[in-house]
Amino acid sequence: MNACTKALKVSLIPALAAVVFLAFSISPASASAADTYKIGGIFAVTGPASFLGDPEKKSMEMAVDQINAAGGVNGHKLEAVIYDTEGDPSKTVMSVSKLINKDNVIAIIGPSRTPTTLAVVPMVKKARIPFISCAAGNKIVEPVKPWVFKTAQSDILAVASIYQHMKKQDVKKIGIITVGNAFGESGKEQLLEQASEYGIQVVSSQSFGGKDSDMTAQLTKIRKEEPDAIVCWGTNPGPAVVAKNVEQLGLEMPLYQSHGVASPKFIELAGKAAEGILLPTGKILVADLLAEADPQKAVLSDYIDAYEARYKTSVSGFGGYAYDAVHLLAKAMKNTDGDQNQIRENLENTSGHVGVSGTFNFSEQDHNGLAPDAFVMVKINNGTWQLIR
Amino acid sequence: MQEIIQYIFSGITSGAIYAAIAVGFSMLYNSTKLINFAHGEFVMLGALSMVTLNNTWQVPLLPAFLLSIAVVAALGMLFERLSIRTVKHPEPIVLIIITVGASIFLKGAGMLVWGKGAHTMAPFSGHAPLDVAGAKLLTQSVWIVFIVLLLVAGLHLFYKKTLTGKAMEACAISKKAAWLVGIPSKTMVLLAFALSTGMGAAAGVVIAPITMSSYDMGTMLGLKGFCAAMLGGLGSLWGSLIGGFLLGILESLGVGLISSGLKDAIAFLLLLIILYVRPSGIISSADVERF
Repeated sequence: MNACTKALKVSLIPALAAVVFLAFSISPASASAADTYKIGGIFAVTGPASFLGDPEKKSMEMAVDQINAAGGVNGHKLEAVIYDTEGDPSKTVMSVSKLINKDNVIAIIGPSRTPTTLAVVPMVKKARIPFISCAAGNKIVEPVKPWVFKTAQSDILAVASIYQHMKKQDVKKIGIITVGNAFGESGKEQLLEQASEYGIQVVSSQSFGGKDSDMTAQLTKIRKEEPDAIVCWGTNPGPAVVAKNVEQLGLEMPLYQSHGVASPKFIELAGKAAEGILLPTGKILVADLLAEADPQKAVLSDYIDAYEARYKTSVSGFGGYAYDAVHLLAKAMKNTDGDQNQIRENLENTSGHVGVSGTFNFSEQDHNGLAPDAFVMVKINNGTWQLIR
Repeated sequence: MQEIIQYIFSGITSGAIYAAIAVGFSMLYNSTKLINFAHGEFVMLGALSMVTLNNTWQVPLLPAFLLSIAVVAALGMLFERLSIRTVKHPEPIVLIIITVGASIFLKGAGMLVWGKGAHTMAPFSGHAPLDVAGAKLLTQSVWIVFIVLLLVAGLHLFYKKTLTGKAMEACAISKKAAWLVGIPSKTMVLLAFALSTGMGAAAGVVIAPITMSSYDMGTMLGLKGFCAAMLGGLGSLWGSLIGGFLLGILESLGVGLISSGLKDAIAFLLLLIILYVRPSGIISSADVERF
């Protein structure tokens, strides 16, 4: 039994630490002055989606501090109350109910993943709280729900940029290989749905498991159909294995990847096999390559410099979702005196907000507010990104 | 035809991985009648130690290989000494739950040491994939098959030809009787754990260049390896080997000829059928007990 209790003890320690940590992060809240604006943050800070949640939490804290340093919103300081969802829908529901009922926040930012977002949408609808999700899934804002907004680019836009590029290259037939989870399924849906719009035919559609070590069988099946290009849709490490397998099989057609692998980690994992791969990415990855005239250039370099100076780590492509959300929210809070109906209305009427992830133009029909120009296509060349104009 | 050969080659690659892990399961079961559900985690530890030694500390391939195995085998002995031997009533179910707990613990520890991201390393030899009638076989797969066969042959000789090996088998058959004839059964169990976890580490090391290694790679690998061991006949080394390759090849043929979405379903369905027809696996060793 010793090992059992040992394992139990070990799992208890982080849990206790989390409780203590939360207690500390809450206690100043109850003591603070009444005129601060409290905004809730829920991110997958730990767990499998921590590559999203961790930079999001850091970016939110940074944005809040920046706004406070500049005098807050109409003199009101902002205060972030952040909980960890661990990427788990039931923990997300608990955190949101705590934020609404106990912390009495004005608005909520996050969560990081599509399933966790969808789990809490009914709650924010009922509580009538402005809610800005940082997840990519298109279902969050489609159909439009009055209180729900999102800052991450939808996969619709990523697929559109890939297909636009393919059209220029005269690609007619493609094979797709997608990971068997929500991200891959959603990508597959969009790839199949938009193909005909661009005169592209999907000749083979294969899937793989997120932990699979070899995808040559699927790729062999795709090769049999002789497509002009292959599109892989997944997050690390699967797509790196696909890239290696494509090289091993000696497949000549171009390989497109999704924005899910748009990080230096992918180049590190795929190594030599990453050369020549094409993918859509938010502009943050190639900020220094952008033309001076690009409206996002200044915002991006401000964000990157501030983040890297504060956290001493290189910036991730995902923290920007929370950064944009805080700034959008702060803008919408101006002259509202914290009235939630008015904040929501201001958010919906926001236009031309230049953020890290793109230029936001919210409207009654569009609560994501981004256009395909939020993505750029890049090619991996000599172990680094090359912007395709 | 070219496709079929390619499917079989793909199957051999993943099959060799499953086989390497299955052998570790079987080996421990053979000597202690215990199933170690933390075995996948020892594979993970082997793979990640290798990555650290070879990539970060630039230790050459062979010493890094041996060192990773030694480190993980030492951890395996520590695990036996601290959490298995100290159990008051060592009933199978209690021990199995302990190994499940250990697997969660090791996964968490792996996350703390190596972080949440995936790691990769270069193949053992930088040759281009072998080309057989247009189908490609990775040189690393050849390495895996070769090393696994070598290890299994070594274990086989150890069991059949050495006194220690026979003593170990005797402990599995009857601990009390073995004790009566003067076999130090506790040491034998400790040794069995060292061998089995070392075998797991070896599996991890050889597959590290093919799969991306991360702290959570062990669970699925352990499960597949366990299936392969069941398929071939738990307790039989050669059975595990056959079971591993069979599972890998069936999976990739399933992908190629039926559907990639049903890959795992096809493999597990076949496992059920085979176990239904031959409950003790393809090569049935001694009678398999049900818990």
